[in-house]
Amino acid sequence: MPTPAYIALIPLLPLAGFFILGLFGRKYFKASSGIVATGLLLISTVLSLYVGYHYFFVDGKPDGVYQPIVALEYTWLQFSPKVSIDMSIVLDPISVMMIIVVSFVSLMVHIFSLGYMKGEERFAVYYAFLSLFTFSMLGLVLSGNIFQIYIFWELVGVSSYLLIGYYFNKPAAVAASKKAFIVTRLADIGFLIGILILAFHAETLDFSTLIGKLTSPSPELTSLTTTSFMGISFLTWGLTLVFMGGAGKSAMFPLHIWLPDAMEGPTPVSALIHAATMVVAGVYLVARIFPIFAISGPAALEVVMYTGAFSSLLAAIIACTQTDIKRVLAYSTMSQIGYMMFALGVSGYGGENGLGYTASMFHLFTHAFFKSLLFLCAGAVIHLVHSNEMKDMGGLRKFMPITHVSFLIACLAIAGIPPFSGFFSKEEILLAAYQSSMPVYIVGLFTSGLTAFYMFRLYFSIFWNKESQLHQPYNEGTLSMKIPLIVLAIATVSTGFVPFSTLVTPDGKAIESHVDIVFSIAPVSLALAGILFAAFLYKKENQKPVKIASSLGGLYHAVHKKFYIDEIYLFITKKIIFNLIGRPAAWVDRNIVDGLMNLLATFTGRTAELIKGIQSGKIQNYTLYFFGGVVGLVFIFIYLW
Amino acid sequence: MWNDILALLKQELIVTFIILILLTIKVGATEWKTDNILKLANLLLLINFMAGFVMNSEGTLFNDMFHTDRLITLEKNMLSLATLIISLQSYDWLKTHKHILEFYVLMLSTLLGMFFMISSGNLLIFYLGLELSTIPLAAIANFDLGKRQSSEAAFKLIISSAFSSGLLLFGISLVYGTTGSLSFEIIRQQLDGSSLQLYAFILLLSGFAFKISVVPFHLWTADVYEGAPVAVTSYLSVVSKGAIFFVFVPVLYTVFKSLAAHWYLMLFLLSILTMLIGNLFAIRQNNLKRLLAFSSISQVGFILVGISGSSTAGSASVIYFILIYIFSNLGAFGVVSLISALTGKETIEDYKGLYSTNPLLSWVLTISLFSLAGIPPTAGFFGKFFLLMAGAGHGNYELVIIAALNMVIALYYYLRVVKAIFMDSNEHPIEKLKISILPKLAMLACAGAIIITGFAGWIYDHISSLSTGF
Repeated sequence: MPTPAYIALIPLLPLAGFFILGLFGRKYFKASSGIVATGLLLISTVLSLYVGYHYFFVDGKPDGVYQPIVALEYTWLQFSPKVSIDMSIVLDPISVMMIIVVSFVSLMVHIFSLGYMKGEERFAVYYAFLSLFTFSMLGLVLSGNIFQIYIFWELVGVSSYLLIGYYFNKPAAVAASKKAFIVTRLADIGFLIGILILAFHAETLDFSTLIGKLTSPSPELTSLTTTSFMGISFLTWGLTLVFMGGAGKSAMFPLHIWLPDAMEGPTPVSALIHAATMVVAGVYLVARIFPIFAISGPAALEVVMYTGAFSSLLAAIIACTQTDIKRVLAYSTMSQIGYMMFALGVSGYGGENGLGYTASMFHLFTHAFFKSLLFLCAGAVIHLVHSNEMKDMGGLRKFMPITHVSFLIACLAIAGIPPFSGFFSKEEILLAAYQSSMPVYIVGLFTSGLTAFYMFRLYFSIFWNKESQLHQPYNEGTLSMKIPLIVLAIATVSTGFVPFSTLVTPDGKAIESHVDIVFSIAPVSLALAGILFAAFLYKKENQKPVKIASSLGGLYHAVHKKFYIDEIYLFITKKIIFNLIGRPAAWVDRNIVDGLMNLLATFTGRTAELIKGIQSGKIQNYTLYFFGGVVGLVFIFIYLW
Repeated sequence: MWNDILALLKQELIVTFIILILLTIKVGATEWKTDNILKLANLLLLINFMAGFVMNSEGTLFNDMFHTDRLITLEKNMLSLATLIISLQSYDWLKTHKHILEFYVLMLSTLLGMFFMISSGNLLIFYLGLELSTIPLAAIANFDLGKRQSSEAAFKLIISSAFSSGLLLFGISLVYGTTGSLSFEIIRQQLDGSSLQLYAFILLLSGFAFKISVVPFHLWTADVYEGAPVAVTSYLSVVSKGAIFFVFVPVLYTVFKSLAAHWYLMLFLLSILTMLIGNLFAIRQNNLKRLLAFSSISQVGFILVGISGSSTAGSASVIYFILIYIFSNLGAFGVVSLISALTGKETIEDYKGLYSTNPLLSWVLTISLFSLAGIPPTAGFFGKFFLLMAGAGHGNYELVIIAALNMVIALYYYLRVVKAIFMDSNEHPIEKLKISILPKLAMLACAGAIIITGFAGWIYDHISSLSTGF
């Protein structure tokens, strides 16, 4: 096994990068800061791959079952005689998988940014923040106890706040960063209280002890299940509240409102934070304490399942109506994370029942690559046309062949077309859902069709549709922008073949993976239908219905019939999906959910306004209130009690 | 006997001695240069702080009226340190002032009063210490001699204090009447929980609550904080509050232990009110001094959550939090006081674009505000977390939930300042300030301590090993 020092280096190198660039970046590394940060991260990535290889293939399973390895443990302080707070590094299948994903995607983003952010005024600051973020994320996934994960959790929040608000002279970016920070902070309260409940009853903060105590009959478990608050046991409360923290970071309904706005940040940042790393932290958190959910807290697990399924559907519907390409991607991220969540929700623990868990982690893994690829491609497109709006794009395939092909590959992957990676992971998720909950399976199936539709709507609008207004020959971007695209495209094609079910399972034992062709027929054909539908509507500019009709050629002969079908299609999309479902969904999102948050803020402000009269500046009033306080206490505690 | 007195009263004697030295200079024939006085005063304060680490002993004096132990020594050291930092930070303000010696003499008198108060084993000594720590404060609150606001602050402080002392004395006399003694030890044995005793306790509690500005006894706070010179404001909000907490916790945990069921609920109620009202007022403030004043009120609410935990962890996390609070609040007040002394600017509006001209000040202020808001990895996060954990130890999640919600509200106004500093543009930001070396040092020390205190686990361990609960 690699010595602990090597493993500790994985997060520490980016931290060093942060300090070096943060302190001296402006003076000494003005131009080379990108190279410094990328170089350090490259070492981290290589180390992660090395650790990953060793864990999965050499040391991880002494007797056929993957065991967690505590690489480093240090009692940082003894809070009370029973509870101690430790700093530790734990390797187990999911943490090892995550360090590979995080360091690899982050590396790609670092390289891409070399070209994308070139010439920015605060280039060094950008890389410093990026390094800080990478450090926090790596620290988060390696944490062996709940307190440590909370620290890194907050650090991730802080560094993403800095990154989203990087364009600080853009008011929308500043507002978005603040919104993201405060909404996730609100969710973190839930996390914090959940931690306190679990830690107080189980008298430990350590994950493995916690799981041990709460999955088998023990006095701690009894104390949690027998005490209740508002009719719900403390265990369910604790787990649900922890999940609430996860839902905030992972943009699950109704805490998702920060995600679309956060697209104001630099696009490579979105690729890192909003595709591969921070937003999946919530999924990771649930997976981390999954045995407790699965064995002792089925009610909380149901909350996870329904929240995931609902978010996934809602986001997919909204994605169909968006015109800002980054927002489409943001909603699609939310939808895919919903997939991962409900996959965890339908999963059981142990043996074949653990398929959902495996599928969820698998999807997290493949999604990280194809979604960051999509974001980077979107970045390249925005770099060229200087706009986020679909209407300013179209016909770009000739101008940027590499981006075009990469984007297409990623779209096929997310749509679940074999043999791209998304197909395999999505199949497993749907299979797991099929085996345990029919309604969720149907939602998943329907969403996968919608996913194919809106992704290809995006694809055709960007690369096909109308002729581009760009005339001058255009260079697709620097080499440093192309390489990550190619690498990620290769990863998107190949990661589907990773034998995930033998590597990552809830109990560490390998399970049979079965790709059942019969089972795949429904989702794949739905996805194909979605793609065709999108092609039909968006491949060519379709101002005139006749033009759309003729573009479909041999399939639909009769003119009136064409017209008829076309009308239905248009009716379904424009009238039903857009108006009846999409618009209301977007409306609910904008007015009700956002509105509630605003209401809360207004209410706080109003109350502050109302009570300001108390602070009159007159000393005689002050003493009166003082005396009132005494009388009040006497009244409450002596007369009433 | 004399040896005992010398050893146990060591810290009090040193402070008295420093006061005497400064008085001698004042009445002496030779006129000292301002700069030299400041250097001497800071040196003496440094010695005072250092001396707290050597030759400490435990024991009681004067028929149990005075007692000291390792925890009390540590607490006094914390106060000495905070006084030193404040003195260093106000260097630039004091330099222009004519009456530095009086300032130091008055400030140290209050420190002496606090020392006696913390060590008191008897309600009478406690009361004497409390008064000694309040009356001179009113005098130094008036130290911006030309400003009307400053005298207003002093006046409000002295009148409110007088009022609260009146109630406190009433409470003390009732305690004496029902238990027949003023000694903490005997009171503890004699308490039987009758209504009259409960009434007396409420009066005592309101006296404490006034000093640490618990809602609804807090109203003097904002006006006094705003009007008084910033050095005095930081002293009021950090040193004098800290001292009261150091007495408050043991008095609740030992003397009034038998009334625990009652005071627990009172703390519950008061802490919710304090956090909420403090935050709601802080949101509206545009003057940074007022904002910090209200934010310090809501911080007190958090401390009450920790106290309500009534365990060793509760007591330890309160003391640990106060240590962190000293650094965070002094960091924030230090920057505000410097800017206010040098430019007279105090509103958030003025702070826009501060980063472009004064990066050091901006960072110190940001780190301090983050720590006050409880964002990791600053120490404030650990402090708040431990307070909540101690509070949750009592199984009272309602309180913890409300406290956590308040953390988010508080985040909003702290971020508003940070946003102004870093993200808002301003055509006329505060010009680049020339800061003397001593204040600069003090601020860097605060910022450094904010980071280190959180991660140095042994600090908490040490405090925890000295604390007791029940």
